[in-house]
Amino acid sequence: MVTESDVWAALDEIPDPEIPVISIVDLGVIKDVAVQGSKVHVDVTPTFMGCPALDAMRRAIEERIEALGGEPEVEVVLDDSWSTDRISKAGRAKLEASGFAPPAPRSAGPTTLVQLERGAFGCPWCGSTDTRLENIFGPTPCRSLRYCNACRQPFELFKTI
Amino acid sequence: MTARVDRLLELADDELIVGWRNSEWTGIAPFLEEDVAFSSIAQNEIGHARALYELAASDLGTDADALAFDRRPDEYRCAPLVQLRFVPDWASTVARHFLYETADTVRIGALKESVDPAVAGIAAKIDREEVYHRIHAEMWIDRLGEEPAVRSALEGLWGQALGVVDEELRLELAHRLKAKLGWAPADAQPVERGAHLPELEALWEEMTMVRRSAPAGARW
Repeated sequence: MVTESDVWAALDEIPDPEIPVISIVDLGVIKDVAVQGSKVHVDVTPTFMGCPALDAMRRAIEERIEALGGEPEVEVVLDDSWSTDRISKAGRAKLEASGFAPPAPRSAGPTTLVQLERGAFGCPWCGSTDTRLENIFGPTPCRSLRYCNACRQPFELFKTI
Repeated sequence: MTARVDRLLELADDELIVGWRNSEWTGIAPFLEEDVAFSSIAQNEIGHARALYELAASDLGTDADALAFDRRPDEYRCAPLVQLRFVPDWASTVARHFLYETADTVRIGALKESVDPAVAGIAAKIDREEVYHRIHAEMWIDRLGEEPAVRSALEGLWGQALGVVDEELRLELAHRLKAKLGWAPADAQPVERGAHLPELEALWEEMTMVRRSAPAGARW
């Protein structure tokens, strides 16, 4: 008999397909898990809508649930429920340890260029806040590129959305 | 076809086609950062199109790919503004980018208030990502907005920009444009949806080529 906590534990072992240091549970994309008999229903909410990792996540979730002996039903929920504020504290620490500055908390209003141009984003390598925006966009939809003036290393910032 | 599906297809077609146009700078933008920026924006816009097509497809009993690729060019509802092909004209690209993103801000803002929860939810999610497109477009206006080539492109595309949004949102669009530019283009007749430019047909030929080459579906 599969329990919800078995499912959560199994999902927590699935790495994000594009940033494998963090699990999809830490990323906050698992919205709900419901077990009824052998059926395991999982609601997943995409991060960025054009992110191709979603299909890989769905397949990985199905495989893990089948390995537990459950019948997976994965539903992609296209509402507004995911934001970078859903990334767990542990997830933020893992991002930082691997050279990604974690996203700033969402403010009341939308992000502005002035906010992005401030040095407030700490360098994940040396901790300095003397950093600058290189490019709002990066190699995947969720990342921006920054440069640390102190240790002279580029780094990636998880965009706040 | 319901009004809801009509509206979703207008939006989805705009996002798909503008995404395609943005992607035409991949590899050839004026410098590397812009290559990355336009490619990433293209990916987002096509992602928005997919979500909107999926919502429309669930009403129509079809799927997103069929809506994106299996219609004839004259069945697309995208606004003329997004149909225009500008490569290698950077000034017109910057002008269209700013006009489209501003029009999209106004339109998505209105849809977030929709009484239809699925539409309002998708609009809110799209809006979070669009914030970065807007910042990017405005950054280019800060850099080049006073250049004669950009200014004349903004004036020339003003009627097309008005055609992106519904009539009741056009005043707000004009206010926003003026607030950012510090000047307003001369009054122009809105260029409404429904027109299909030859550029759209050429884009469609390329965009649907693989799909048409394997009508029964291909396995990779």
